[in-house]
Amino acid sequence: MPKREDIKKVLVIGSGPIVIGQAAEFDYAGTQACRALKEEGLEVVLINSNPATIMTDKAMADKIYIEPLVPEVVKKIILLEKPDSVLPTLGGQTGLNLAMELAEEGFLEQNSVKLLGANPETIKKAEDRQAFKDTMESIGEPCIPSKVVNTTPDALEFAEVIGYPVIVRPAFTLGGSGGGIAQDPEQLHEICDNGLRLSPITQVLIEKCISGWKEIEYEVVRDGKGNVITVCNMENIDPVGVHTGDSVVVAPSQTLTDREYQMLRSSALNIISTLKIEGGCNVQYALHPDSFEYAVIEVNPRVSRSSALASKATGYPIAKVAAKIAIGYSLDEIPNAVTGKTCACFEPALDYCVVKFPKWPFDKFVYAEKTLGTQMKATGEVMAIAQNFELAMMKAVHSIELGLDTLTLPQLEDLPDEEIVKLLANTDDERLFVVYEAIKRGISFDEIFDITKIDKWFLAKFGKLAKMENALKEGELTVEKYRAAKKLGFLDATMRRLSGQECPEKLLADYKMADTCAAEFTAETPYFYSSFDGDNEAAEHIAAHDSGKKKIVVFGSGPIRIGQGIEFDYCCVHCAWALKEKGYEAIIANNNPETVSTDFDTGDRLYFDPLNAEYVESLLATEKPYGVVVQFGGQTAIKLTKHLQKMGANILGSSPDAIDEAEDRERFDALLERCGIPRPQGHTVYTTEEAIRAAGELGYPVLLRPSYVLGGQNMIIAYSDADVTEYMQIITAHELENPVLIDKYLTGIECEVDAICDGEDFLIPGIMQHIERAGIHSGDSISVYPSQDLSEQVKETIVDYTARLARQLHIVGLMNIQYVVHEGKVYIIEVNPRSSRTVPYISKVTGVPMVDLATRCMLGERLADMGFGTGLYPEKDFVAVKVPVFSFEKLKDLDTQLGPEMKSTGEVLGVAETFEDALFKGLAAAGYKFKRPGGILFTVRDQDKHEIIPIAERFDAMGFDLYATGGTALRLNKNMVATTSVRKIGEPSPNVLDLLESGKIDYVFSTSSKGRTPERDGVRIRRKAVEHQIPCLTAIDTIDMLSRCLISGKKIEDISVVDITKI
Amino acid sequence: MSEQKKAWLLLADGTLLEGYSFGAAGESFGEVVFNTGMTGYQEVLTDPSYYGQIVVQTYPIIGNYGINTDDMESQKSWVQGYVVSEWCKYPSNFRVAMTIDEFLKKEGIVSICGIATRTLTKKLREAGVMNGVVTTEYREDRREELLEKLRQFSIVDAVKAVSCTEVQEMGAAEGDRAYRVVLMDFGYKRNILRSLQSRGCQVTVVPGHTSAEDILALSPDGIMLSNGPGDPAENTAIIAEIAKLLHSGVPVFGICLGHQLTALATGAKTIKLKYGHRGANQPVKDLDHDRTYITSQNHGYAVDGDTVDESVGYVSHVNANDGTVEGIRYRKYNCFTVQFHPEASAGPKDTAYLFDEFIDMMKKGGK
Repeated sequence: MPKREDIKKVLVIGSGPIVIGQAAEFDYAGTQACRALKEEGLEVVLINSNPATIMTDKAMADKIYIEPLVPEVVKKIILLEKPDSVLPTLGGQTGLNLAMELAEEGFLEQNSVKLLGANPETIKKAEDRQAFKDTMESIGEPCIPSKVVNTTPDALEFAEVIGYPVIVRPAFTLGGSGGGIAQDPEQLHEICDNGLRLSPITQVLIEKCISGWKEIEYEVVRDGKGNVITVCNMENIDPVGVHTGDSVVVAPSQTLTDREYQMLRSSALNIISTLKIEGGCNVQYALHPDSFEYAVIEVNPRVSRSSALASKATGYPIAKVAAKIAIGYSLDEIPNAVTGKTCACFEPALDYCVVKFPKWPFDKFVYAEKTLGTQMKATGEVMAIAQNFELAMMKAVHSIELGLDTLTLPQLEDLPDEEIVKLLANTDDERLFVVYEAIKRGISFDEIFDITKIDKWFLAKFGKLAKMENALKEGELTVEKYRAAKKLGFLDATMRRLSGQECPEKLLADYKMADTCAAEFTAETPYFYSSFDGDNEAAEHIAAHDSGKKKIVVFGSGPIRIGQGIEFDYCCVHCAWALKEKGYEAIIANNNPETVSTDFDTGDRLYFDPLNAEYVESLLATEKPYGVVVQFGGQTAIKLTKHLQKMGANILGSSPDAIDEAEDRERFDALLERCGIPRPQGHTVYTTEEAIRAAGELGYPVLLRPSYVLGGQNMIIAYSDADVTEYMQIITAHELENPVLIDKYLTGIECEVDAICDGEDFLIPGIMQHIERAGIHSGDSISVYPSQDLSEQVKETIVDYTARLARQLHIVGLMNIQYVVHEGKVYIIEVNPRSSRTVPYISKVTGVPMVDLATRCMLGERLADMGFGTGLYPEKDFVAVKVPVFSFEKLKDLDTQLGPEMKSTGEVLGVAETFEDALFKGLAAAGYKFKRPGGILFTVRDQDKHEIIPIAERFDAMGFDLYATGGTALRLNKNMVATTSVRKIGEPSPNVLDLLESGKIDYVFSTSSKGRTPERDGVRIRRKAVEHQIPCLTAIDTIDMLSRCLISGKKIEDISVVDITKI
Repeated sequence: MSEQKKAWLLLADGTLLEGYSFGAAGESFGEVVFNTGMTGYQEVLTDPSYYGQIVVQTYPIIGNYGINTDDMESQKSWVQGYVVSEWCKYPSNFRVAMTIDEFLKKEGIVSICGIATRTLTKKLREAGVMNGVVTTEYREDRREELLEKLRQFSIVDAVKAVSCTEVQEMGAAEGDRAYRVVLMDFGYKRNILRSLQSRGCQVTVVPGHTSAEDILALSPDGIMLSNGPGDPAENTAIIAEIAKLLHSGVPVFGICLGHQLTALATGAKTIKLKYGHRGANQPVKDLDHDRTYITSQNHGYAVDGDTVDESVGYVSHVNANDGTVEGIRYRKYNCFTVQFHPEASAGPKDTAYLFDEFIDMMKKGGK
């Protein structure tokens, strides 16, 4: 079945901003799909609101719309571009839901647009709970006893029938939002109310809880002929009950006999065949640990996070194959890109073991609830490949960047045994480490299994690691012991630490190829992972494919986390492309399975391994590269600088000394003095006493942060001695290797530049201005390009300061600088001698290929010769507004008030001719609905009270009902803004919480001088708003902008769409 | 670690690999082949088609779910030796009856672990399958002696070694008896029997060397030619009997060796593949229906497609990876055969429908 002739122009729908449950894996899938379609000579039109993605790059599609992913806009683009088809299965739940909506209302048919890869009936059968159950029953596939309900009383009634505990699963929500396990009627009441509200169709599934069963997933692919294959199966170490996105997952399954493996495989094929899916599909199973009883948990009729993982785990490019199938090819007609010899209609055979480990945001969000359940909480993940499970597990731990070198979590070591046993029952981010601690102490596998239901196979493997860890603490570190430990993943440094002895030899890693076929065929894919058996396939591959080109290693950014997102992957990928373009061999080292950088054909070679000193040393020994690049991989790569320098690697771009100079407070101060650039006054402190003294000297408010940070980790604005004390206690609870910085907090306009530098000259593509005044992390601020409120003089000063720093630091490559304009004077806040999160979007809106130019600078080219000029690049005559997107509904107990600590998980962009329109688009893309009139609740801290008066007046004029808590209401009423006063939390009902539940409130504006801890009133109000999906704003400047958009009375369809390839 | 007993694998080309002993100690010669299945080691170990062979598992962690009493494909293990990277001391599965080590000891299979199986697999892929010896008694001064023995070694009379010697009446396991099937045992896997029984066939297993007359005397509705080990061409007597069976008009379904013997009986030739197909992920294209299926396979020989007489039959299935013959449909006879294993165990069940086709054939072709 060759390519369909009736497909010429395809609209691809992306997945929008990165949120928990929908992350970089869809950039990977979308990028693969766009490339696969373009390869076939098809015209590709792309819509995605996420500017940080590679798929929204000019090279990826013929027309690119960075526009809100709402039906009105997609319709508009369809009418404008007239595609003959739309491909919705690669844009996650967002893309799929959008396409469904357009199909169901008949819009696609009216406009002769075909839906590729799925049909609405299929999607409904897989996603509508009742339809899914009926379908499964009709083909004899068992489901978990469950019932779809639309009201809480119905849920309670059914729960009585099947017995507690029960699981609540809301229909059509991302990453299982709003779901949970209820142990009793009271809990069910709460979870069900919430789930019903979050479900767009007010529907939840009440299901018998089968916690403790094995959770197994299959990735399945089917083509139009009906050929079906499974790419991979995966086993969750955490049994059913923990969302698969929050589970530690191993591939292939380890504890299933062939009979069980094939039983579930046949079931998965049966399901995909019945649903007639053409493309990829994910099926999740619960398997009874003591019988052949199983149940289908869920089917995702599209590519997913699991399919990205399966692709990287096996080398089988699911998204690419799915895209080819969507345009008519059958599996047997698609070549296997890995072997180049075989076809895509086969099942990968692994000769290694893969471990996926989630990255949770709890190291940053210390007050967020850490319990894991049916709602995903991880922001990212790492994957590790090895020839045995122990090594894969250890590599995963080394990759996850928790500062651990074994599975030992130091804070557990001092707890008594009883406490450890108690902790085993907590299903949270630390459970695996608790299990390990328990094993180390000799608590029996039976006891641990009874509590955790983690299969004893895994416990035995952890036991092997624990035994080795204990053994390393005793006796001589012999060569034999050293080698055995090495094969289990212990690092040299760890062995030195545990044994107190030097290692008897130095065993460097060798490399094996991930080839999809367990070496049955010769493979050409340069996809490697480390091993320790002496057979170095990477070295052979390098020797056999010697191109004579210079080799450069690009270090990636590891797992996606708050503050280090997909933007850095964008930079790494572009760097690799630029290197290839310039005649170098680009070698990528990274460990994040969700990304484009770890697609095996992005660079010339890919090393899927931990990014730590020892693995990097082995990599350098095998590759012997001409140079290495650290400045595009975020803090993960930057952290390698010292080690790389010691190893004698040629670090391209800014020198390690420049990096240190920018990050070391004292050297940085000296630098600024030399340059004559002012900065907010500040001090370096180590203890609480010093901090309080310094704060007193500077005068409150002050900004506190540790040195060496990214994403504003552990950064706060303190208004009192109490704040300082609380902060210092938290920060000193962790190891305090680096000092704490304490600065005078200056309010004013915050702005930011990224500059490309060649050591002498520099190019600033544009100056970005933040809507929110200084004090809110730049990643959480709405940011506008070009700046709207800066005088020419201020801009000149910014350019001048940037130039001075670039020259003084001899920056080569990229640099990001943040400024604050306070009372007309420009101060510098921070300098980052590396790529930043704004690089992708500024590159796209200005048309300056920043990473490309920066890479060329690093290779020795002059900016002046690159054709983009130097200094400040001319401003474009349109406006781009970047709006942050948060995942607050996934993170219970997290305070949503914005501050210097970054909280957003992703971003969207609005592009238009005017600032107002661009802002409107940006907010629409971020999910704002612009409902007016309605109700608004104000509850603000004293210092904000005078500023909300004009804003409240504006809402009043639009016909909103105004509500406010005591002091705020009093202030507004005093100023002739009629406001209903609302009782506080703790006062008799109806109080402010009842008001939020009443449905009368459409917007909340809430600030408090103290925040963070979940029990505070302000935090509770904001959490309540999040739970009820009421937009809750926490910065005066944000609500000011929102109110302006509301006043304009515009609708999203009134604003014209912009094809950014035309910029 | 240090208390582990050493073992060696010496290949005919002189390659010596050192590892650790597990399973039985001793010395065992065989043809070294690799299997790429990620599960199903118990089925592999008990599949009579591996008679004479030393099996290398490419999946590096073997024995995870132990050995159970249900998943035996025959009453014992037939492999000459077993080579793995790592075997699992603490298996976990609700059916575990013993560890793989205990099983291999019980069966007397000389086994070796701690081997770089990927490196070994690449060697076998490049050089082709070769003879080898697994031994716990290696000494440098024995090298020449062992190499000489490896040169001498070949698998002979394989079918005879694995086939039953008595006729066995198996009956139907499920449902009413609908068809009487004679299963010629060249080393059949139990799941072939089960696949027939579950479709209501009353199965009589006969030794591989049973004459056509004796088989036809049982008045079968269909004849099942099983899988089995060794070089198909050496079975000249059996091939002659199969030719007679084909002429009888009784529906015949052949699997693996049964497929090869049928081809030989109709004038086609077989060839030895460089390193064969052994695993659970082999794609097979059904040319009649333009569909591709994932199949379980275990064979070192294949039918040479160019030697199939078009007037007798045609190649109905090919391997999507290398184009080798995977199935033949006979025009002249009431017969179809496949190289792969529709009975799976281990491996995918996607082609189990072929047993249904056999049933349909019997329905139509009944006397």
